[in-house]
Amino acid sequence: MRENSNGVAARAAEVRNGQLAPDSMVAEALEALGAWEFGASPLNAFIALDQRAGRERGPRDGALAGIPVAVKDNLATADFPTTCGSRILQGFRSPYEATAVRRLRRAGAVVLGKTNMDEFGMGSSTENSAFGPTRNPWHPERVPGGSSGGSAAAVAAGIVPVAVGSDTGGSVRQPASFCGVVGIKPTYGRVSRYGLVAFASSLDQVGALGRTVRDAAALLEVVSGRDPRDATSVNRPVPPLAAACDRGVRGLVVGVPREYFPPRLDPVVRRLAERALSALEAAGAEVRDVSLPHTRYAIPAYYIIAPAEASSNLARYDGVRFGRRCGEADSTERLYELSRSEGFGTEVKRRILLGTYALSAGYYDAYYGRAQEARAVIAHDFERVFRDGVDVLFTPTSPTPAFRLGERIHDPYQMYLSDIFTVPANLAGVPALSVPIGLAEGLPVGGQLMAAHWREDTLLTAAAAIEAELGTVGPPPVPAAGRAI
Amino acid sequence: MNGSPLEAVIGLEVHVQLDTGRKLFCADSTAFGAPPNTSVCPVCLGLPGALPVLDPGAVDLALRAALALDCTIHRTSIFARKNYFYPDLPKGYQISQFERPLATGGVVELDSGRRVRIRRVHMEEDAGKSLHDRFASATAVDLNRTGTPLIEIVSEPDLRSPREARSCLQLLKLLMEYLEISDCNMEEGSLRVDANVSLREKGSERLEASTEVKNLNSFSAVEKALGVEIERQTRIRAGGAAVIRQTLLWDAAAGDVRVMRNKEDSQDYRYFPDPDLPPLVLPAQRVARLRAGLGELPRAKRERFRRQYDLPAYDAGVLTSSRALADYFEAVTACGRQPKTVSNWVMGPVLKIVKRGIGHLASPGLAPARLAELIALVDGGTLSAPAARTVLAGMARTGDPPAAIVQREGLTQVREDQVLEGWVADAVAAHQREVARYRGGETRLLGFLIGQVMRASGRKADPRRVNQLLRAALDADAD
Repeated sequence: MRENSNGVAARAAEVRNGQLAPDSMVAEALEALGAWEFGASPLNAFIALDQRAGRERGPRDGALAGIPVAVKDNLATADFPTTCGSRILQGFRSPYEATAVRRLRRAGAVVLGKTNMDEFGMGSSTENSAFGPTRNPWHPERVPGGSSGGSAAAVAAGIVPVAVGSDTGGSVRQPASFCGVVGIKPTYGRVSRYGLVAFASSLDQVGALGRTVRDAAALLEVVSGRDPRDATSVNRPVPPLAAACDRGVRGLVVGVPREYFPPRLDPVVRRLAERALSALEAAGAEVRDVSLPHTRYAIPAYYIIAPAEASSNLARYDGVRFGRRCGEADSTERLYELSRSEGFGTEVKRRILLGTYALSAGYYDAYYGRAQEARAVIAHDFERVFRDGVDVLFTPTSPTPAFRLGERIHDPYQMYLSDIFTVPANLAGVPALSVPIGLAEGLPVGGQLMAAHWREDTLLTAAAAIEAELGTVGPPPVPAAGRAI
Repeated sequence: MNGSPLEAVIGLEVHVQLDTGRKLFCADSTAFGAPPNTSVCPVCLGLPGALPVLDPGAVDLALRAALALDCTIHRTSIFARKNYFYPDLPKGYQISQFERPLATGGVVELDSGRRVRIRRVHMEEDAGKSLHDRFASATAVDLNRTGTPLIEIVSEPDLRSPREARSCLQLLKLLMEYLEISDCNMEEGSLRVDANVSLREKGSERLEASTEVKNLNSFSAVEKALGVEIERQTRIRAGGAAVIRQTLLWDAAAGDVRVMRNKEDSQDYRYFPDPDLPPLVLPAQRVARLRAGLGELPRAKRERFRRQYDLPAYDAGVLTSSRALADYFEAVTACGRQPKTVSNWVMGPVLKIVKRGIGHLASPGLAPARLAELIALVDGGTLSAPAARTVLAGMARTGDPPAAIVQREGLTQVREDQVLEGWVADAVAAHQREVARYRGGETRLLGFLIGQVMRASGRKADPRRVNQLLRAALDADAD
């Protein structure tokens, strides 16, 4: 055991054997939350909160006994509304719970609240939320990244040790990078999507965020595994993830794909990435230059496939059965039109239009068909490097540290480019992780690790080594003007 | 217009509800007639985050249908989303199969010998129901039907008349019922038919603009609607105009078709593979197992019954309309009874008992060996046929063997002339008017008089002997 006494595994063990009161961590969490959310510039990390969370009496059991967890608001929960950050689902309560949430509760975790996000996961800054933007705990004028910005901010601020997010094109890793925490997007099929409100079904995956590699691993282990309710979840044994963190990188082959270090890369990001690679080498890993030659097709392919699937997935928000309905409509068509016009935000509408166009008769082959071909060659790039002996790839998570609130919100293309390094793993379905590699002028920077399908254990081995060599970043200072709730 | 005569070119699209009892992508019941919106769950309601999981039982039934239609089964087929907005379509898309269906390239052969090619068989989920007549100014939506498993069978336009379209549909229905794929209840919508129809000059291979006629809810609707539509197209062409591609609705009450929409403004469904469902991959063994399980198909069985048992076509057709009935007939025959006699018993008294709900083919009292015993009692002269029908009902009700019932009820046939002559004399005496008319030439009254004798005997008299004695009595006393 290494400097792990504050980790969620150790604290859950204390709860199980009675050394720690079951509700003590929840109380700490609510205290921290008061400090961050009721000051001069509130984080706005939460959409819904249970101030009585975990107060029920009785012993707690399980791997996450007594651990307060924040859950992204696109996972269905029975005791909180599930809004996806959208006006169209304002106040919507799901009659059932997502499999990932059920597994959390079964493991003894306490769901503290639902976190803010870009509407339906569409965005990279958590500014596209009907509930207002979330701030970066490291700097009140910076974005936390997105779309799981609320979950990343809540972990970075020390409100919760771990949080659940979802990652369609980088939505766990990029905010983890911007907020200085660890974020894992597992292999597609590793975690059930049942109850994860779909954005782009072939890319969406539930992910874990944590203050440390081990904490994120502990959360991932609990939510992983085949679910008969999700036909795309896969029956693969979950490797012992905690043990993987202790394995060490001696002999591990780390590939550095040159396409991820373009000349225009932010120089500080480049320097921190090189430092992390040196650290891996110092710990005994072999670092090797490699190429993923089709990387440049990732963003265009992604921005066809994801909107195409989204245009279909979001058709159900029509005002007929649940969610927002415009009461003024005098025909069914008008009901759809008004409910959807009022209910969806700009970016969601943009992507629905984009996706509808890409699937239209006469355009399908040129757009959706070509994008699927690009996806296949990108996946093949990964297969090839992993077959050629590379265990794990290392890249920057995002080309820059956290940008300013409002800086890119009117420039979708610039916004899309902040996911340029994270999107390929979703297209290929491989697991990927972001781990802090230092600070650039007071803002965290993350390094991304990617491994072959089902090798989350390798990611964690490499990430734990980086964390051991470079240390964690933060936590950022708590703002002074907060008050307890 | 003095060109060559026109012929109709007709293709069918048949939706068949699979008899799995549950929905295609969730476990809700598909029982007909549940209170509105009670057979639903997050999956078929399309609630945020819910995901479809394919029922393998439905795949098996769809495969049986495709195999019975002699289709090529594709090792990999893909579920696709058909996107459109409608209030009774909760997800905003229907999960169907499009570019890569379950099966293609089959054939069915009609009794006329016409071979109708089957273009494809694919699986899909049903939509809900919009109810326009429940409320004065609003449409109600019932989602019980949402997600019900269907197959769509699409034929090539190989049918040439409404009559032929009807026979083709009857054949498909028989096949689906026989293989227990569907109950094919047209009133409840478990068999639904659309037809494409166009006209062309006889001998031409050209495909002309066709119309699609929907809402064909019975065999006669299929035949009538197609007849009406063919007349309409004939009139249009006679007037020198061209038929335009349209979707039409059959209005059974008005006996006419009306335009639903023009095909030119048909929607773009933006089909794409459903990312929530992995491709359906069918290992060869699974298909082989189902193929082996099909057994003899109705048409082959019917031919065999005609040949092997020397039965009339009608009998062979009725007996092979369901596998259970055919098996029952063969089991009784195997007990050594004459096939045509068995056929008469099965098609007549046995089916009547089943229809009235007194018993069913699996009732212990109706076991094939029991029916064979009963027939043997009749053949041997112990029991009259009318009395035997009474005994059969008793067998179904009580489960007792026929001999026991005959004994208990004292139904042994009376064949002694002395006794029979007494009853005959009574009948002649009691019905002088009918006797006189008989003698005046109305010989059909013989049946009436036999009936009177049978009744007087408590159905125990030997009808053949009664016939002889009665004729003798009537003819002898005639002057």
